[in-house]
Amino acid sequence: MAKTLAQEFTKGLWKEIPPFRLVLGLCPVLGVTTTVENGVGMGLATTFVLVCANLLVSMLRNVIPPKVRIACFIVVIATFVTLVELVMQAYAYPLFLKLGLFIPLIVVNCIVLGRAEAFAYKNGITSSLADGLGIGIGFTMSLAALGAVREVLGTGCFTIPFGAKLTLLTADWYTPFTFMVQAPGAFIGLGLMLCLMNLVPSK
Amino acid sequence: MREMVKMIVVITLLAAFSGGLLAVVRDATAPQIESQKLKFVQGPTIQSIFAEADNLDTVLNDRFKIVDGDTETNFFIGVYDGKPSAVAFEASAVGFGGPLGVMVAVNLDTDEMIGVGVTTSAETPGIGSRAKDEPELAAQFTGLPLLQPFSVSADGGDIDAISGATVTSKAVVAAVTSAGKIYENLKPQILEKVGAFAG
Repeated sequence: MAKTLAQEFTKGLWKEIPPFRLVLGLCPVLGVTTTVENGVGMGLATTFVLVCANLLVSMLRNVIPPKVRIACFIVVIATFVTLVELVMQAYAYPLFLKLGLFIPLIVVNCIVLGRAEAFAYKNGITSSLADGLGIGIGFTMSLAALGAVREVLGTGCFTIPFGAKLTLLTADWYTPFTFMVQAPGAFIGLGLMLCLMNLVPSK
Repeated sequence: MREMVKMIVVITLLAAFSGGLLAVVRDATAPQIESQKLKFVQGPTIQSIFAEADNLDTVLNDRFKIVDGDTETNFFIGVYDGKPSAVAFEASAVGFGGPLGVMVAVNLDTDEMIGVGVTTSAETPGIGSRAKDEPELAAQFTGLPLLQPFSVSADGGDIDAISGATVTSKAVVAAVTSAGKIYENLKPQILEKVGAFAG
């Protein structure tokens, strides 16, 4: 059953939203979402890689021999990740300082490889683009949402991505729950959000 | 057989293309990356330790490099009373969370430290990161002669460690000690380069 382009795009936003529905690519999800800004930065970097890798893999899908497809995907993905890393260092160094270690890890983010293998290798260029963009935006939204929960509860502040830092919960009545910005808080936050999403009945 | 050749050709072409593309991008962004690093990593520390220098606004550009073996060190020149009489450079040691960089500024005439600041660290936020965010530890080095080994008071030295962050404090002390060694080894070259800068 062929899906329309819009369906390919929107499935990434709710029905197959990573990391909640697919529960893939958890390393950056847990690692960088201490603030909204980091989450959005990581999400955008991953989206770029996802879209470019999907595009290239789909363009080359008739050329790449099936036996070495994974190796080819990794070469393509690693190239774009390194590009992102260099460009981020050159033009968004403060963000690179925060995300540093996690950028090279986009290579092994199974969402990117998963989309190349499961979708782009079997579908045309336009639907692969729509798929990559949808999944990427879904991933960015998830990271931003988890980042927002952790940042607000953990520090009482909210950083508008690439903008001002707001203090929402002031120190006179709210003691920051620093547990939320540490690693175990990420697991618990992710688990609770997954639970809430599953409470919403799916069709 | 044909399939085998096709696999080799495809992977080779793909890898060559990727390598070529990355080499071009890397070359194109290298100068920008270096200036960003100076601005965001070393810049704030240098400007705070050279706060009283005459060339505060241009200090990031008043620099030279010395290659010693495999390592290349950037030296920043501080001008005091119209005379380039101090240099700042970075040394590192292993901290609790990874490499820890320390910028050390030293007076060339007296070999005394003008200031010390932590540049890069991956220390635990709220514990080891206090070495970078709070001046207590680094300020203890100001005015001390650089050419001596340092140690924390628990090891019989003069530097009081940050309580709860002993490993980080020891790393800062070790980095300053290694800065002393770098300075000792390279001093003739440093003086030569600074002389060229003044002339």
